[in-house]
Amino acid sequence: MIQTFFNREIIVAAWPIVLAGLRNTVLLSLLVVPLGLLGGLILALLASVKYPAVRWALMAWVDFFRAFPPLVLLILLFAGLPFAGLELGGFVCVAIAFFLNTGAYYGEILRAGIDSVPAGQTEAARSTGLSRLQAMTYVVLPQAVRNVLPDLLSNTLEVVKLTSLGSVVAVPELLYQARQAQSLTYSPTPIVVAAAIYFVMLWPVVRLLSRLENRALAAR
Amino acid sequence: MSGGSGWHRFAETFLNTSVMLKYLPDILSGVLVTLELALLVVVTGIAAGLALALLRSLALRPLNWLIIGVVDLFRSLPPLVVIVLIYFGLPSIDVAPSGFVSTWLSLALVLMAFSEEIFWAGITSVAKGQWEAARSTGLSFGQTLLNVVLPQAIRLTIPPLTNRTIAITKGTALGTVVAVTEILGQASSAMSNSYNPSPLMMGAAAYLVLFLPVVVAGRFIETRFAWKR
Repeated sequence: MIQTFFNREIIVAAWPIVLAGLRNTVLLSLLVVPLGLLGGLILALLASVKYPAVRWALMAWVDFFRAFPPLVLLILLFAGLPFAGLELGGFVCVAIAFFLNTGAYYGEILRAGIDSVPAGQTEAARSTGLSRLQAMTYVVLPQAVRNVLPDLLSNTLEVVKLTSLGSVVAVPELLYQARQAQSLTYSPTPIVVAAAIYFVMLWPVVRLLSRLENRALAAR
Repeated sequence: MSGGSGWHRFAETFLNTSVMLKYLPDILSGVLVTLELALLVVVTGIAAGLALALLRSLALRPLNWLIIGVVDLFRSLPPLVVIVLIYFGLPSIDVAPSGFVSTWLSLALVLMAFSEEIFWAGITSVAKGQWEAARSTGLSFGQTLLNVVLPQAIRLTIPPLTNRTIAITKGTALGTVVAVTEILGQASSAMSNSYNPSPLMMGAAAYLVLFLPVVVAGRFIETRFAWKR
């Protein structure tokens, strides 16, 4: 069993390949997390405008991308757009799909955060002479982010896990590289190694989240 | 080129009626597979999660460590990695689950992990005084759990559970990586057979038809079950 799933020779042989994948997963996460946050921030700021029509349109936008499986969005960009003469690489497709999909999730979280800040905060800030933008940036947003920090962290964990979809469109991230190594070595060991890397990398975040959630409940 | 012919060419390529009609049965059979997979994942995943949370409330140390370990594992691993691991890994020890079974098992394990956390948070959120009061009236441990704690806990768990369940159930599309003939799988192969993206557009529409009502219902449930502060 250990010979099959955790073969030392194969680990040694596959290590450089898997390590390159890990590097790309980290880089990809460093790109798509800020990109998703940016998308979410844009949505949340637009939603803080009180026009009902704007809020409805944003709600429809967010629900659309929450209903749409991210893999379907990715395939649509990667395999569908070339028919319109637009051939984007796998990497660019991942970036766009994440901006749209994870942006919707981040947007929903940030909107809830902004809603949780009492209106008196904005009014007080405005009355001291801050502009609307200044009041949002310096007074409302910091409190909003603090209020929804566990949700933001939880979504970020999901986003990092979701980068594994890149393997479907040949982005050489951790899972893709592990599968390459698997087909080179005819052994499932590289995939077990990749899974172990994901676990070691993300387990601390999962623990932290459990603690944050428990603390939030205890404070109730 | 005029705007009219631009739209015409777009429609001809992406919404080609004859291609759509030809592959409609394939997409519909994909819808059935997706529905079947989704129902299996939801029922087994949530049942297993609830079972683990109830076991955890027995407060047996070694058992709880085991439960926390399993839950943390499946919260840390990307679902696609679990699917690939089961589908490509298990045949090495002469167990060869189909793509359907691999996807079902993987997503159910992930949903089990997340729902256990949510149920457990719900159970622990019910004040200790509730336990003590119920027990002091002569209810047994099981009766207290079933009649006093769970009804209060469930209310708290429904909004996060709905959102998480939707997110994980959407993962049925991942099955296409291990050759499950669900919507995305059918749409992709129809696209490569017809050299036309219309089946993919149909598949995308099918996902919206299936999941949009659930997402909207989830939003309703979220406000309906929210604690009034």
